[in-house]
Amino acid sequence: MFRCTKAIAALSLSFACASTIAQGYPNIGRVATDKEVAAWDIDVRPDFKGLPKGSGSVTKGMEVWESKCASCHGTFGESNEVFTPIVGGTTKEDVKAGKVAALTDNKQPQRTTLMKVPTVSTLWDYINRAMPWTAPKSLTTEEVYAVTAYILNMAEVLPDDFVLSNENMAEVQKRMPNRNGMTTNHGMWALKGKADVQSVACMKDCKGETKIRSELPDSARNVHGDLSQQNRSFGPVRGVDTSKPPSTEPVGSQVRRDAVANASQQVKVAAPAAKDGAAVAKQNACMACHGLTNKIVGPAFSDIAAKYKGDASAVSRLTERVKNGSSGAWGPVPMPSQAHLKPEDIGTVVKWILAGAK
Amino acid sequence: MKDDVKKRGRILRAPENFLDANLALEITEKGLNEERRGFLRKSFLAASAALASGSALAQAAASAATDGDVNILTLPEHSTTLGKPVAANPYGVPSRFETNLLRRESPGLTRVNAASVSFTPLQGLFGIITPSGLHFERHHQGWHDIDPGRHRFMVNGLVKNPKVYTMDDLMRLPSVSRIHFIECGANTAMEWGNVAVPAVQYSHGMLSCSEFTGVPLSVLLDDCGYDRKAAKFILAEGADGSGMTRTIAIEHALDDVIVAWGMNGEMLRPENGYPLRLVVPGVQGVSWVKWLRRIEVGDKPYATKDEAIHYIDAMPNGSYRQYTSIQECKSVITTPSAGQRLLDKGFYNITGLAWSGRGKIKRVDVSVDGGKNWRAARLETPVLSKCLTRFNIDWVWDGSPVVMQSRAVDESGYVQPKINELRAVRGTKSIYHNNAIQSWKLDVSGEVSNVQVY
Repeated sequence: MFRCTKAIAALSLSFACASTIAQGYPNIGRVATDKEVAAWDIDVRPDFKGLPKGSGSVTKGMEVWESKCASCHGTFGESNEVFTPIVGGTTKEDVKAGKVAALTDNKQPQRTTLMKVPTVSTLWDYINRAMPWTAPKSLTTEEVYAVTAYILNMAEVLPDDFVLSNENMAEVQKRMPNRNGMTTNHGMWALKGKADVQSVACMKDCKGETKIRSELPDSARNVHGDLSQQNRSFGPVRGVDTSKPPSTEPVGSQVRRDAVANASQQVKVAAPAAKDGAAVAKQNACMACHGLTNKIVGPAFSDIAAKYKGDASAVSRLTERVKNGSSGAWGPVPMPSQAHLKPEDIGTVVKWILAGAK
Repeated sequence: MKDDVKKRGRILRAPENFLDANLALEITEKGLNEERRGFLRKSFLAASAALASGSALAQAAASAATDGDVNILTLPEHSTTLGKPVAANPYGVPSRFETNLLRRESPGLTRVNAASVSFTPLQGLFGIITPSGLHFERHHQGWHDIDPGRHRFMVNGLVKNPKVYTMDDLMRLPSVSRIHFIECGANTAMEWGNVAVPAVQYSHGMLSCSEFTGVPLSVLLDDCGYDRKAAKFILAEGADGSGMTRTIAIEHALDDVIVAWGMNGEMLRPENGYPLRLVVPGVQGVSWVKWLRRIEVGDKPYATKDEAIHYIDAMPNGSYRQYTSIQECKSVITTPSAGQRLLDKGFYNITGLAWSGRGKIKRVDVSVDGGKNWRAARLETPVLSKCLTRFNIDWVWDGSPVVMQSRAVDESGYVQPKINELRAVRGTKSIYHNNAIQSWKLDVSGEVSNVQVY
């Protein structure tokens, strides 16, 4: 669309280009300021392009971890209560080899982040841009270095006294347990890539058994709710009432036809759900850490209700704790601040909890 | 008024202003009832004559049981009363009888529903366009409804001029509108091992198709003067908490990628990236970055979290395939499908959807004997590149148990594989990119269920 010759000096070059752009789409967009680019250009690449100068120790990382990360990821990064575990499944041999053995022997029940991630930049970048879960981009550069170091320490990649920095990250990269575990040698990246599986479109008397290899277990029939309520109530088919066992009666008897015809006339119209405490709790992921009657990471709502029964100050105390976080009340795992919740939503959910969370 | 009635002619004109303003407003707002009908009778004799069918209605109801269907013999309320006025629902909503078809979560799939998926109810949709309100959602850190007046889009990196655009700027540029499917790389993931879910909504519902409107990314890259020699990749970045980032090869970025604000004639819905998202035809949904805030032009891939920890394909030798992006040719029968029940034997139109990230659908075959014999289905137009294609085939069910399958072939000649053919290459630890032939078992009872057959 436009060209700048190398003969033009650097300063006037950008000027010349800017004016040429203006001929293409005049007055559309504007040149970004250096500060604007710096504010948003936060990505960090595997060759460490984009990594800001700084450092953080394992010790500092543990401190940050326990206050801001452990509630979701577990004290040692091994919890699967909320997200897939970060740490686990790697060995000192993996650190040497750069390939995680458990990915081949499949002895680990779950594939953790550290078993998979090949590049330390990926950890740094994601913690920096997206963590903590409820307050993304709130960590300082030092805290990001420190937490990255602490995760690698928990995975026995880095020693307890290590200080991770932009200077030594390339060395740390050479210790990543699965640094040699990725391949891009496949046809599934480019749109015109070569497919790895070649099938044939046989049309008549095709080989192979038409054997049923797998069916949904009866126990899972109604796990997704009553499917009769998830299909249109008229048309060629109806949803199956999965709250009942499968029928063995052949289709098409007069009795069934009448039943179907009647069902067609009686369309139930569901009332919209009121915005109650349960809805607020569900929408805001409270249920990830608290069960109604069971402890998950935090206490059961029913236990909280029991503890505060008859306590006149309960509403204000709980409201404060939801808003600003708390620690020590129910064990070692702190509850992070939920300051992103609207005050009225906190009020709704607190009242609902104290009323027994039903 | 008396004179008017006496005039000859079959149609009598209502006199001007025969309803006073208050009554007209009341009827508009509340419809007709007996009291308001009374007013009308007094107001205009001819009109009241047409409404005096009350006694006839009662007679029809009495004889309905023996003489025919009550729905025919008895005039319903909607035939005998004034309906709602125009724009009573200024932004339309579906009929109150359509509330069964909703985006739904799959229980137990994730622990935190701000980083989860809602599935499109494919079992009840027609044609190829997904209604915007039913377009599946996948969020990595919850969704926001972002003020378009404050949203900014930046292009930086290997460009002569890093630029900032407002929505005003972008929407002034020459735009295109194209229909494409979007499918999550993990669609059908739960079925890699065994049958796990009871309905097509949960097996295939991370799939939607819309007309997207926006400016080709190539226009913006040109506008900023991207480095034609050094540029090899772009990084797309979202403005939400997760700051979703994905690497896209420059050839694709310059080809058919769109910086989109429109979806099915309206602005994007907030759950789908309002006010700006990337459209990356043929490629898994995670690359279609929502709430798009930035494109960086670079010379190397970025290995971001969703390119190094998730959306990587586990191979049997313990290695992972990175940057697996393409959604290969796939199809599924949506009616009848698992979780549905056929009412009777006889004629049915088997229908479903086929799609390919590598171009147009060339053919869809359907088998009703578990893959022994196949017939080519009719393809509904339009048949577009990297877009859903609707197929149909006639079928008469004799009431015996059958297993039905569909198999799509795309214009590259690729044939949708069986699950065992996929597993032979990729093993069983993979999660993503399961494009296997789907089998539905129809029982003598008319109930359809999810099975694996090969």
